[in-house]
Amino acid sequence: MKILETPLDHEKVKELRVGDAFYITGTIFTARDAAHEKLLEIDDEDVPFDPSKYAMFHCGPAIHKEEGEWKVVSAGPTTSIRMEIFEDDFIERFGTKVIIGKGGMGDRTLKALDKHGGVYCQYTGGAGALMANAIKEVEDVYFLEELGIPEAFWMFKVEEAGPFLVTMDSAGNSIHDDVADEVSKNLEKVKSKL
Amino acid sequence: MNKAELEENLIEGIQRAVTRVTEETEDALRKAKDRGEKEGAEVQLEAILENIDVGKDEERPICQDTGTQTFFIEVGEDFKDIGLLKEAINDSVKKATEEIPLRPNAIDPISDENSGDNTGRFIPSIHWDIVKGDEAIIHIIPKGGGSENMSKLEMMTPGRGLKGVKEIVLDQIAEMAGKPCPPTTVGVGIGGGADLAMELAKKSLLRPVGERHTEDRIAELEEELLEKANELGVGPMGVGGKTTVLDVKIEYAHRHPASFPVAVLPQCWANRQAQLKISSEGEVEVVR
Repeated sequence: MKILETPLDHEKVKELRVGDAFYITGTIFTARDAAHEKLLEIDDEDVPFDPSKYAMFHCGPAIHKEEGEWKVVSAGPTTSIRMEIFEDDFIERFGTKVIIGKGGMGDRTLKALDKHGGVYCQYTGGAGALMANAIKEVEDVYFLEELGIPEAFWMFKVEEAGPFLVTMDSAGNSIHDDVADEVSKNLEKVKSKL
Repeated sequence: MNKAELEENLIEGIQRAVTRVTEETEDALRKAKDRGEKEGAEVQLEAILENIDVGKDEERPICQDTGTQTFFIEVGEDFKDIGLLKEAINDSVKKATEEIPLRPNAIDPISDENSGDNTGRFIPSIHWDIVKGDEAIIHIIPKGGGSENMSKLEMMTPGRGLKGVKEIVLDQIAEMAGKPCPPTTVGVGIGGGADLAMELAKKSLLRPVGERHTEDRIAELEEELLEKANELGVGPMGVGGKTTVLDVKIEYAHRHPASFPVAVLPQCWANRQAQLKISSEGEVEVVR
C-alpha cells in the first residue's frame, strides 16, 4: 500500500503516473465551486491555510454536530468538472499539487498539472462511508458562515484515506481522455452490429 | 392504523435504504469483481465493496448524497388508512433527516432556499398505484442527483423502430461515461407520452437487479442491451473496464402513432432501496 503523508513531498507527487493508486495520511481539505471562487478573490494574507501542503478534495460532506463536535456522516467526491473554470488559476496561485474528485477534469487543468507537477486522482464516487471512516478528526473549518456546510473549507485529519487512483498526471496523460476515445470507437462497432 | 408505528417503520425503511445497496446489487458487484478487471477498475470495485461493508456495519449512509426521497406506493382498493400515508411519509422524512441524518436535498428552484428537512412542494416524491386487495406496499428509493442528472428523454422518430431505441440507450450510456457513478443499473421507458416514458424508466428500477421482465420479448431486449452496454468499455467509475452496467431494466406503454418516446434513467451503483408492507390490520413490516 503506497501512502503519501502531508505536508506533501512535491517531488514524490511529480513522479506519480496514471494508473498509480495511493492512500493519504495527514490532512486533506475540501473545496467545491464557491470555495474556489472565494479563495481566488481574497488577498494572500487572508488565506487561512497553505493549500500547497495538503491534498484538495472536491467534496461537500454530510456532517453534523454531536455534543459540540463536528462529526462526518459521509464524505464522497463531487463531480470535478464543475471546478474546471477555476482550477488552473487555483493551482497557479496556491501551488496545490494533489486534487481528488470524481469524473476527471479538462484540458486547462491537465496543462496546469503538467506545468506545476501535480496530479488529479479519482476517488470512487459514492464511497462516502469509507472516507468518513478514514477521517479521524475535523481539524478546522473556514468560511463556514459565509459559504454554508457543503461549500466551506473543511480540514480533515485522515488516516490511510483512499484508494486514490491517479487519472491525470504531470506528464500530460489523462485516463479520462483515453477512455473517451476508446468508448467512442467501441460504440460505433457495437452500433454497426445492431 | 397507528401513525406513530407507521412513521417508525418508515424511518427504519429510509435508514435501511440509505445505509445499504440491495442484496442483488451487491451480488452483481461482487460477481463483477470476481470476473476480474484491469487494475484501475479493480481499485474502484474494491472501494465500492469496502464502502458497502462500512455502510452496513456502521449503519452509515453509504453516500453523502442521500438523495431525493422517492416513494412508489401500491395501495389496495380496500386498504383503509389511505389518508394517513401521505402525511406519515412527509413527517417521517423530516424526522429521518434529523435522526439518521440525511443531507438536506430539497431546494426551492425560485428562491434557491434549502428547506432543510428534505420536504417541499411535491417533495418527497410520491407515485401512487391503486391495485386489488387490502394491503399497501411502499417502495422507498432515495435517488441521488448525480445519476438523475444523466437522464435523457428522446421523442424518437417512430420510423427508427426498435433499432433506434437500442441506439439511443447505447449512445446515452457512452455519453454519460463515468458521471452517473457506474456500474449503473439503467432504467428504460418506451412508449406512452413523455411523462409516462420517464416514470416507467424510474419505476423499472424497482425490479431487482438480475430479474428479467415477465414478457420474453422485453427480457430479450434487456439482455441484448446489457451485453452490448458492457462492450462499450466505460468501466467502473468511468476508468475503463468490462463492467459498465449491472443491469438494464425496460418498461413500456403503448404509444401514439406519431410519437415514440424513449426515456433513459440511470441508477448509480449505490442502488439503495427498501420496501414496507402494511397489512389490512395496520401491521407494518419492513420486507426488504
